[in-house]
Amino acid sequence: MIRQTEQGMAKSAAADSLPNVRGGVTPVLSRARRLWDVAFLLIMTGLAGSFVLLIVLLLLADLLFTSFSAFTTALQQPEILAAFQLTMKTCTAAAVLSVWAAVPLGYMLSRYSFPGRQLIDVIVDIPIVLPPLVLGLSLLILFHQPLPGTSWVLDRWLQERLGFAVTYRWPAVVLAQFAVACAFAVRTMRVTFDQIHPRAEQVARTLGCSRAQAFLLIALPQAWRGIITAFTIAWARSLGEFGPILVFAGATRQRTEVLSTSVFLELSVGQLDAAVAVSLLMVAMAVVVLVILRSLGAGLST
Amino acid sequence: MIELDQVTLTAGACRLEKLSLTIPAGQYAVLMGRTGIGKTTILEAICGLRPVDSGRIRIQQIDVTDWDPADRRTAYMPQDLALFPTMTVRQHLEFALRIRRRPNDEIEQRVQELSRLLQLEPLLNRRIRGLSGGEAQRTALGRALAWKPAALLLDEPISALDTDTRRSALELLKSINRATGVTVLHVTHSEEEADALADLRMQLVEDRENRRTRLQISC
Repeated sequence: MIRQTEQGMAKSAAADSLPNVRGGVTPVLSRARRLWDVAFLLIMTGLAGSFVLLIVLLLLADLLFTSFSAFTTALQQPEILAAFQLTMKTCTAAAVLSVWAAVPLGYMLSRYSFPGRQLIDVIVDIPIVLPPLVLGLSLLILFHQPLPGTSWVLDRWLQERLGFAVTYRWPAVVLAQFAVACAFAVRTMRVTFDQIHPRAEQVARTLGCSRAQAFLLIALPQAWRGIITAFTIAWARSLGEFGPILVFAGATRQRTEVLSTSVFLELSVGQLDAAVAVSLLMVAMAVVVLVILRSLGAGLST
Repeated sequence: MIELDQVTLTAGACRLEKLSLTIPAGQYAVLMGRTGIGKTTILEAICGLRPVDSGRIRIQQIDVTDWDPADRRTAYMPQDLALFPTMTVRQHLEFALRIRRRPNDEIEQRVQELSRLLQLEPLLNRRIRGLSGGEAQRTALGRALAWKPAALLLDEPISALDTDTRRSALELLKSINRATGVTVLHVTHSEEEADALADLRMQLVEDRENRRTRLQISC
């Protein structure tokens, strides 16, 4: 009974206030709202468009600066060809290593809670926020700093004992690329495994699987799209890597020169044509990678 | 036979204290209780996916409290079924046997038996995507039964099915219990399911005075 009365009162109160709104205020309000909607869309389009326009203008300027013949001439230089080959090899090596490390790391961060998990989560992100030159410098110091209290140096040990020189050689390029690329690959794998419900792995364990079998037979096959995405992201990051490579691997022509180094070297000797040609080549490679990424990423969330 | 002896469990905010129950071998037990009271937690503890704080769990009179889920011979069918998206129906039925490296002819024979029992024969080479609710459920049942478990743990197995499929699913569950002699613990909200299936009915209720959750058992 009481509830009915209350509802009745509420209704009549609403009815009392309605005519006022209809009478005078509403048409003005709705016109104002429509104007605001138009303004909103214009502002949003303007702000969003400015960035897209900037990127398009950048690419157009590059294209206008060079001609097709200058482009092909530049790319036929032996130094650039060597740099292209080294880039393809080191990027692929860094991406493979990144996936190799990122799959277990992403899986552990996604599935297990263990002491220090938060800390590891932060550590993994450090290469993403670190200034590239600092990362290169840190790598250099790691390989050349004597072990405290001894004269043992990592780089010398690798070179003398294993015959595998790292600093200022191609392995340094791969390592510098890996240090950053892997951080991005770990993020991707973490999201991938977060999206795969652990229930199926749990059921597999009740059916006789060890944790390793549940991972290999149930989780990993579902994660293949994420693995390819992680590989592609790692590859793309490696392609753009420059600072750490310059510090840790140097810029020796035909030895440790990758395409990003080529742009720098050509610029520093005033060869703008060649620098732009290499830049456009890298743009093309990046676009190919992005297209692959998008076509896979579309299915990642399903 | 499934036996809980003074089992205490914690799952987030929900805490179950000193639960004891015995389901005799081959019986069909139905466990009821409101949402969030911890029914699923009990199933997870029995199959070994959730460690118990104290108490013992026995399957077929063997204390399995500290055993790995893989060794307990308990088959767990979660509410969302958790089928393996990358596998076919046949691979689901084979799964528990392949893991144990059984010979191929034994696996083939078991797949034939199960697919006949569960009417999965025409679906064997289909992938999971696109199976109907009833088909997916029978696949999950087949996967669970393949290694002849001692206990079958079902979490709301019928609730996602439409009315027509429900009736045949009820009959199927009962007939599986009778034909294989597997001890079943079936968790549900539905009185109808309990009426149709239960040899043994249990209800989880909150005891507000003592601030703990009790188990009421009726036959």
